[in-house]
Amino acid sequence: MFNLHGYGPSIIIDGTLLTLQVSLSSLVIAMLLGILGALAKLSPSKPLQLSAQTYTTIIRGIPDLVLMLLVFFGGQVFINQMALAIGYEEYIDINPFMAGVSTIGFIFGAYMTETFRGAILAVPRGQIEAAYAYGMTRGQMFIRILLPQMIRHAIPGFGNNWLVMIKTTALVSIIGLDDMVRKATLAGGATRKPFTFLVVVAINYLIITSISVTALKWLEDRYSLGVIKA
Amino acid sequence: MDFSIILENIGIYFEGLRTTLILVSASLLLGLMIAIPLAVLRTSKNYVIQAPIRAFVYFFRGTPLLVQMFIIYYGFGQFEAIKASFVWYFFKEAWFCALFAFTLNTAAYTTEIIRGAIEATPHGEIEAARAAGMSRLLMLRRIVLPSAFRRALPQYGNEIIFMLHGSSLASVITIVDITGAARIINSRFYSPYEAFLTAAVFYMALTFTIVFLLKKLEFRWFAHLRPQTTSNTPTKV
Repeated sequence: MFNLHGYGPSIIIDGTLLTLQVSLSSLVIAMLLGILGALAKLSPSKPLQLSAQTYTTIIRGIPDLVLMLLVFFGGQVFINQMALAIGYEEYIDINPFMAGVSTIGFIFGAYMTETFRGAILAVPRGQIEAAYAYGMTRGQMFIRILLPQMIRHAIPGFGNNWLVMIKTTALVSIIGLDDMVRKATLAGGATRKPFTFLVVVAINYLIITSISVTALKWLEDRYSLGVIKA
Repeated sequence: MDFSIILENIGIYFEGLRTTLILVSASLLLGLMIAIPLAVLRTSKNYVIQAPIRAFVYFFRGTPLLVQMFIIYYGFGQFEAIKASFVWYFFKEAWFCALFAFTLNTAAYTTEIIRGAIEATPHGEIEAARAAGMSRLLMLRRIVLPSAFRRALPQYGNEIIFMLHGSSLASVITIVDITGAARIINSRFYSPYEAFLTAAVFYMALTFTIVFLLKKLEFRWFAHLRPQTTSNTPTKV
């Protein structure tokens, strides 16, 4: 049904691997920023609250593509100006992988902030008080009490963010990263069969998202073991 | 940073703003018109009716908007049958492809939103409508849809914002929307900060305006859920 003219392995294997690499690396950044953002939003310190609030508000107001282009093209200029300032004369090319991953991570950090904030708030206050009453430090309380209990509440929102994020990674093809979308566009141009290649990519995304949905369902069940369902 | 470049070329941004607004509002409107009947049919118990709608929603929600747009813009040209027929008159235009992709995409998401809202209709309301002797269509029009729209509003608001942000992808297929304007300025003057930050400001202004309007609309539509203040209750004489 699909004659891929020998481009198949390159698109399906290399392209998919790159898409997954970008997604997973961005996820790590997004989760770190998300946790930090959520803790900042819930902290008693006003400046911390305000900066986290500004972060999430600004990110939700700007399209991903605009941010990515800003980081990619703007970062290029910025790094070269910095390099020039410290006396480095040669031209530095910004790595599209880094630009893509950091932008996507930064964007989804904002969404994760909201998810994690909600999850932390869903943990009964008494649990945290009890942890302190036992003499746990803040770090111990977070690792032993808060984190294990908030995961259950965070998984649905986390799953949604992850699914949206996988699809957002398609944007890295615009800044020249060889993910499956770009590979398919190029192969489609060369063979004059863009439809075939792009549909293969679409099916690939459907497979990735379907596997993710199944895995997330399993994870959710696993973390809800102690909860009685109605 | 030198924002005088932007001030001299602000016209391109306003043209881009116009394109963005037309593209987003047209696709949202068309998408909503497709989504309402699909959502109603999707709640049908007949699997033959349900299955194609499920497949449509699954495809459009499971793949990136960029890929959908590429399939339509680059992909459709692969088929001689399409090229030979009159539809090619439309599909050879980038803006039509963008509009087409956005419309189907938002239709798929909106179908799911409205379906969820329809399924959340309290059973008593439907029973009451039946007891009053309403036909299926009348019940849909008078009872089910009005309350479903109200329940769908918060989520649909998110979809509007999502579509506004998604519309920036149109710039990838040569359309000069706000992002497209920024890309022109960036390549002409090699000034990425100024170009893209200006675009970001435009999008933020649009987003916050939409959020504000949605809040007002929600306030109106959910008026019956607001706690009654004492000033509203007539004082006894």
